[in-house]
Amino acid sequence: MKAIVNVYLKEGVLDPQGKAAHHALGSLGFDNVSDVRIGKQIILTLKATDKAAVEAEVKEMTETLLANTVIEDYSIEISE
Amino acid sequence: MKKLTVSILQFPGTNCEYDTVYAFKKMGHHTHIVWHKEENLPEKTDLVVVPGGFSYGDYLRSGSIARFSPVMKAVKQYAENGGRVLGICNGFQILTEMGLLPGALKRNNNLHFISKHQTIKVINQDNAFLNQCSKDEILDIPVAHADGNYYIDDWGLEELEKNGQILLKYCDTDGTPTVLNGSVEQIAGICNSEKNVFGLMPHPERAMEFVLGSEDGIRMLKGFQHA
Repeated sequence: MKAIVNVYLKEGVLDPQGKAAHHALGSLGFDNVSDVRIGKQIILTLKATDKAAVEAEVKEMTETLLANTVIEDYSIEISE
Repeated sequence: MKKLTVSILQFPGTNCEYDTVYAFKKMGHHTHIVWHKEENLPEKTDLVVVPGGFSYGDYLRSGSIARFSPVMKAVKQYAENGGRVLGICNGFQILTEMGLLPGALKRNNNLHFISKHQTIKVINQDNAFLNQCSKDEILDIPVAHADGNYYIDDWGLEELEKNGQILLKYCDTDGTPTVLNGSVEQIAGICNSEKNVFGLMPHPERAMEFVLGSEDGIRMLKGFQHA
């Protein structure tokens, strides 16, 4: 199974990289962008086959190591 | 003066451990460098220093992997028993990642690695670390970091202020707090509520010799021998 973990700064926590990219898009003439947030994607390949168990385990991995929940939110997608 | 036994941790990617040894030896203390695979701290450790550098290449987030090294279990227990721990730069990042200090350190607002001499102001000196400094004193200490932008939520900030846990702020030469990296309230250093765990982004161990620009680091680090 595969798990895709997306980690990004919480709403309300200023994202300096997103802000810089937003500014650059504006200078290139893309005026239609109202906000840019930059996160990271962590792709895990897992040996287990039980989806619910995998989901619980990946959540634990994310809260322990992959994300710092003081400043970051995350989402998890599990696929075959 | 009390002669201290100072245990200085070393991870793959640490690069300030020998400067830290130099600083404490210059003040007459015993030092040990402790490899991160050790499971125990040297006996009679009076102070643990988590020094600066780029542990594990800053992969994932600065300090996020080092916090799981075997020695950190011993450090956590040491701190929970009231032992004194000082985290400098990457050490500060590691201590926030492991929850020994509140908040987190984000990428600098201007996205630059900032490396220069910086004036910082002493906000609270009533603790085991800064007791040889005076309140509102201005110190000249080098900074060198990419992830020094201190973040804490409003509730957490209120707690820090209430308990006198804000130790240092970035300031200009006349003491007015100044934006260096985007830190909340221009915070450069804090401690925990029990006041035995300390963390700061500036490098006092690089300010030990007048001929190298500043010896204000001595006044900061010698607090531990008086407390």
